[in-house]
Amino acid sequence: MSALLEVEDVSRVYRTGGLFAARRVTAVDGVSLQLEAGRPEILTVVGESGSGKTTLARMILGMVPPSTGAIRFKGKDLADIRGSRARLAFMKEVQPVFQNPFEAFNPMKRLDRYLFATARRMAGVEGEAAIRDAADGALKEVGLSLAEVRGRYPHELSGGQLQRVAIARALISKPALLVADEPVSMIDASLRASIVNLLRGLRERRGVSIIYITHDLATAYYVSDRILIMRHGKVVESGEARAVLDDPQHPYSQLLKSSVLSPEVPPTGAAFHA
Amino acid sequence: MSEPVLTVSGLRAWYRTSAYGVSREVRAVDDISLSIAAGEIYGLAGESSSGKTTLIKTIANAIQPPLEVLAGSVVFRFGDRPVDIHRISREALGKIRWKHLSYIMQGSMNVLNPVRRVRHTFFDFAFRHIGRPKPEFLQVVRDHLQRLHLAPDVLDAFPHQLSGGMRQRVTIALATVCRPEFIIADEPTTALDVVVQKGVLAMIHEIQRELGSSIIFVTHDMAVHANLTDRLGIMYAGRLVEEGRTADIFRAPRHPYTAHLIASLPRLGDTAPKKGLDGAPPNLADPPPGCRFHPRCPRASDICRREAPPMAELSPGHRAACFHPEPERPA
Amino acid sequence: MGRILIDLLRFNRQFAVGLVLLAIVLGFALLSFFSPYPPNDSFVVPPDVPPSWAYPMGTTSRGQDLFWLLTFSIRNTLLFGVTVALISRLLALVIGLVAGYCGGLVDRALMSINDTFIVIPLFPILVLFYFVMKDHMSWGLLALMMACLGWAYDARLIRSVALSLRTREFTETGIFSGMSMRQILVEEHLPYVLPIVFSTTMNNINWSIGLEVTLSVLGFTDINTPTIGVLIYWANQHTALVAGIWWWIFFPVLLVILAFIGLFLLAVSMNEYIDPRSRLGRSGG
Repeated sequence: MSALLEVEDVSRVYRTGGLFAARRVTAVDGVSLQLEAGRPEILTVVGESGSGKTTLARMILGMVPPSTGAIRFKGKDLADIRGSRARLAFMKEVQPVFQNPFEAFNPMKRLDRYLFATARRMAGVEGEAAIRDAADGALKEVGLSLAEVRGRYPHELSGGQLQRVAIARALISKPALLVADEPVSMIDASLRASIVNLLRGLRERRGVSIIYITHDLATAYYVSDRILIMRHGKVVESGEARAVLDDPQHPYSQLLKSSVLSPEVPPTGAAFHA
Repeated sequence: MSEPVLTVSGLRAWYRTSAYGVSREVRAVDDISLSIAAGEIYGLAGESSSGKTTLIKTIANAIQPPLEVLAGSVVFRFGDRPVDIHRISREALGKIRWKHLSYIMQGSMNVLNPVRRVRHTFFDFAFRHIGRPKPEFLQVVRDHLQRLHLAPDVLDAFPHQLSGGMRQRVTIALATVCRPEFIIADEPTTALDVVVQKGVLAMIHEIQRELGSSIIFVTHDMAVHANLTDRLGIMYAGRLVEEGRTADIFRAPRHPYTAHLIASLPRLGDTAPKKGLDGAPPNLADPPPGCRFHPRCPRASDICRREAPPMAELSPGHRAACFHPEPERPA
Repeated sequence: MGRILIDLLRFNRQFAVGLVLLAIVLGFALLSFFSPYPPNDSFVVPPDVPPSWAYPMGTTSRGQDLFWLLTFSIRNTLLFGVTVALISRLLALVIGLVAGYCGGLVDRALMSINDTFIVIPLFPILVLFYFVMKDHMSWGLLALMMACLGWAYDARLIRSVALSLRTREFTETGIFSGMSMRQILVEEHLPYVLPIVFSTTMNNINWSIGLEVTLSVLGFTDINTPTIGVLIYWANQHTALVAGIWWWIFFPVLLVILAFIGLFLLAVSMNEYIDPRSRLGRSGG
């Protein structure tokens, strides 16, 4: 079986500060992971702020080069992708979904621009009608339609709808991998379930592999096949999602799990005893 | 039962703007009544654009144009004298603030002066209210920090030297050092990591029990409400749609919106399919007629499209604004 | 566009006043096309006549009708200011946006050029330029020179905005939608930078007119093209103020002030209108 994505002992070091007082911050420290081709799965990366999960996502998207280690997509090292044509070919296969749907689109521009641009440039669709069809098809996949989105500005839609549009846009080029960085953390609770369901459905229907970055263990449990728990740039525990979350082995995973507040009123009424 | 500390009645607060011939009215808070008793933690839940932030601003009298209060009153009762917070002078308000009524906000950096040591912020906010000479005042602050399990050294730190969780603890200490009767907590743990959040919530709970203050605690996170609050109010599109004891609401929500909200919460260890709610919260500049939830409601009927349901007591202490409430479930 | 203008006129006093002032100045400049005398002819009317019905702004000691001469002068001065502003805006936009977007080495290289232009002293260079060019000096050349010296501050300002735009998620969405760099800069980032450009255009026109007047008054420009500065230069040559020919100085200065105030009000009101916050407020968020 060939690998769709191989992340091999990847680290990322940032230098901060000036010429003399420079400090080195290791955001990601020796992380490895692998996704198989032909077996779509949702791999969840869980961690708190500062755990390096977003940096990892950005490296996989080719937005940040790793300091050491290698990332290969379909056997090709991301460091060897040079020139705009190769970049486009890579982006066609690996698409992002960002955290804040209100930020993911320029507030002063119409939403359909992004859909049409993706259809034209990434998916290579030609002709106005075909481009509209491609956008409409992708929007239908996420439970919207072009008629609802066309000519609208971001502020006219709710966060949940915008995040669907963002996912639809990412789907237009028929990518093999979606990297979703905290896609529901900015979305209202009543709309969150449908986005999470959507991700689950995409893996089943479209065979897209998804790297799902989150700090929320409950949704991680709900959607993921496999899970990586990160802390301070390192993977502390990984494995089959439900097995890990049902019975975490690493002390940090255990702490994380015990800190999650259950949305149930505790029988005694008082949850917090110091 | 004693007099409530806070009584909000018939409150309407709208944003009214007019620029370049386009006038807009956003009915962010539309006819809300509620009361909060001494020593209780009242949770206020709602999604974005539900009006909960506006309600809090109105309660705190932090009203700036284009926000206007059109009707209703916000009355606090500190001691035995009722005070309508929208009808008192600036000086009187200054005397009440921090001594009787204080705030814990989401961005701790908004309270802590970034270029001065924490000590100075305590002086700025609390010195004149405590009214003791400097060394004694500092002793009061140190004792208070100790009670909150914070090392008194934080007084000599700059805010940026503290972690996010520690900063939020310091702002809680700051908000409670004058032993206020009422605390407004606006999403105080939203920006924190789960591990830190749990500690901060425990701290709020502990100090509240010790001081006997009332808290109105605003967050969109239902899990926090479940674990912290005594009573809970659910807001939707500028209106209070359900209110009751937190335990009752979680056990048997009566408003379909609340019912959905609670059913859709992800729980660790649960993989049963969850249903999302279709549609989106209404635009408050042009809310739907009748019940504002009816376009998304599975139980909606004709009357819901015509008339706004009034808040009605369905069982003792449990109110909901719905013509077709979910069935009651005996405990 | 038409609706925007009507909206602005109806609801924004500053805009209306600014537009009226500028219309007066522009109308005055346009009158130059109907002038009975060519601008450089002298002694076509009796010299040193105070303002009267026959000569509304009086005549100069060189026997020119100040009214008609001023129409040419203000036209050339405005044209000069606008030319400098347009060229330098173009430079500032391209350099600022590209530096902010590309970051890294490109940014550092462009910004070191930029900082060089910020620290070099303008006035001596312009004077030196005059002495090198001497008779070849024309206002077009001077405009180009000043545009090349006048972009640096604004390029830095634009770059700082572009740097923050680069990190916004919608820029990434643009990249992953396959948009080219040019498309992202022009369609995604430019709208955020335009308000700055509008207000700095105003400053820049001010600055270039002011500098041109200064240079002209001292005689360091092509004194055969009538501008406001050249007009004052000639007035000084004839010691107009000492001789009591006050109108020779008064009317050019008045006209420049009117133009300044008009442009300023326009810039301020347009700025408010273009501001994304006010724009979102109007469209209904």
